[in-house]
Amino acid sequence: MNEFALLIAATLSAGTPLALAGLGLLINEKVGVVNLGAEGMMLMAAVVGFAVGFHTGNPWLAFAAGAVAGALGAALFGLLVIWLNTNQYATGLAISLFGGGFSAFVGVAYVGKKLDIQQTYAVPGLSELPFVGPAVFQQHPMVYLTVLAAVVIAWFFGRTRTGLVLRSVGESPESAHGLGYRVRLMRMACVMAGGALCGVAGAYLSVVYAPLWVEGMVAGRGWIALALTVFATWRPVRLLLGAYLFGGVTMLQLQLQGMGVDVPAPIMSMLPYLATVAVLVLISQNPGWIRRNMPASMGKPFHPGA
Amino acid sequence: MWRLEARPAPSRAMSYASPVVALVMTVVVAFVMFVALGADPVRGLQVFLIEPWNGPRALSELALKSTSLVLCALGLALCYRSNVWNIGAEGQFLMGGIAAGGLAMWFTMNKVGMSNWAFMPLAALAGMLGGAFWASITALLRDRFNASEILVSLMLVYVANHFLSYLVFGPWKDPMGFNFPQTVNFDMGMPRMLAAYRLHWGTVVALVLVVAVWLFMARTYRGYQLQVGGLAPAAARYAGFSARSALWSSMLLSGAFAGMAGAFEVAGPMGQLTPHASTGYGFTAIIVAFVGRLHPVGCVVASVLLSMFLIGGELAQSRIGLPSALTGIFQGVLLFSLLACDTLINYRIRRKVGA
Repeated sequence: MNEFALLIAATLSAGTPLALAGLGLLINEKVGVVNLGAEGMMLMAAVVGFAVGFHTGNPWLAFAAGAVAGALGAALFGLLVIWLNTNQYATGLAISLFGGGFSAFVGVAYVGKKLDIQQTYAVPGLSELPFVGPAVFQQHPMVYLTVLAAVVIAWFFGRTRTGLVLRSVGESPESAHGLGYRVRLMRMACVMAGGALCGVAGAYLSVVYAPLWVEGMVAGRGWIALALTVFATWRPVRLLLGAYLFGGVTMLQLQLQGMGVDVPAPIMSMLPYLATVAVLVLISQNPGWIRRNMPASMGKPFHPGA
Repeated sequence: MWRLEARPAPSRAMSYASPVVALVMTVVVAFVMFVALGADPVRGLQVFLIEPWNGPRALSELALKSTSLVLCALGLALCYRSNVWNIGAEGQFLMGGIAAGGLAMWFTMNKVGMSNWAFMPLAALAGMLGGAFWASITALLRDRFNASEILVSLMLVYVANHFLSYLVFGPWKDPMGFNFPQTVNFDMGMPRMLAAYRLHWGTVVALVLVVAVWLFMARTYRGYQLQVGGLAPAAARYAGFSARSALWSSMLLSGAFAGMAGAFEVAGPMGQLTPHASTGYGFTAIIVAFVGRLHPVGCVVASVLLSMFLIGGELAQSRIGLPSALTGIFQGVLLFSLLACDTLINYRIRRKVGA
């Protein structure tokens, strides 16, 4: 029973970076921008966050630094895609490739270093509860903030006027432009906000989840987060649940090994990636459903006054 | 106040000038980075731009790396021209390497004697089958279930990587190898051009394929159909060109080429399978394809350029004590600069008065 509680706790922790990055990408995609650079932004943020955490010992400064790194990467992407009308896919790939190189370069100095940062905090009172305590209430605060972020983003896009305007930018940038909205500025703001969330996700990985720096440590989570936005049909709360599902798959491999199931470790490590493929197949096979939910201008450039 | 104005027709001149401008920008960034890192910038640029050309051994290594890159990039260029976003060449490369490596291992363990000349076509075939098989999974899931080829092909890179680990840590481990995760050293390999250098005849095969792909794209109806599908999907549909067959043919060809590159790499310079058969060629080849203007001949030039960066990175570590990861930064900067410059193919900069 206690083991099961720990499995839930580990699942929540593993799902958190996926959820944060997925929410960031969802914000991008709501205004019509697909950023394939998530992996690169997360890597840059992971190494920057680790470095700041290492030198200051403060996880919040590390998260802030990660957010700034992610937002800067996204700003470069936004500049190219929104103002210079470059291809979104190619530019996102460039960010991912650049992020891999940049993080490996900066990270050389931090390989094998240990962080002196507290990873979990017990919520007073609640963490004493049987089962629920160890399962849910002994986490890093970022885990709860992520849940809050999902709810706030759902409320923002669903219930506020600004959220509605942003959604209209994603559905039809031409109409939004015609109504006098600053389409490119709005897209840029969302791209940078999304990058900042990806950055926090990267910093969470290196500062709380791992907690250490290894080259390429994001290990495809940026790409899995991209798949999550499709899986969630662009709904924040569904995305959060999807992220925990994937976190669970990641943890399941460790759990099965612990239980003595005799499958070689590398085969087990394929699980999250195979699960991503399986989920994509299941979700995408109904094109009508995807089309109804997907922001209509996704991936398409917008050039005012053309 | 400056603004972009759409050109009436894409500028051909800019399309050729853009990679050159991008390269110049990358060199400038590199210069600034060397200064910032406290290294002698002239020495740094020398290591990246000149030393990879210095002497027959360096040239052999340069041609070897270019061979892997150009093979992967050829297929990617075909895919991107057909609007198929295969970004998993790295996985297809690995599966090709695994297929050819497995074959060589089987021959070696069963004491099947064979000359390198007899082995080369077998390795190439095994590699092509391995790579095409891996690409066919992406094509199938895209075709049948509408799953994004971008994400599926990329996920399969990780799966291929873990599959390789499984093999060399498990059933394929050399029983006499002191428990190191690697296969036996193969008895056969790629026929070398000159005994003293690692350069092999696979490079010539790659160049022949460059010409073949150019002929396919520029001179055949099939190649034309693929490209119309990429440029104007609606027009292609109206003309009755099948998008499905464009997907399948570009994915299978691209997988086969990347697989062949993997086979040549494993059977050639490596001579055994290790967990590190993956060297990122499949990802670097994406940059090669774009810098080479998605044109086969352009890919050759771009592959030599990117090989210089790769070798320069290795040399930077030993000669001037900078991490080899510099290469990754320069690659990224090159691609950014290229994409930014490419804007000027379709737009021109105009000065707006007032505003």
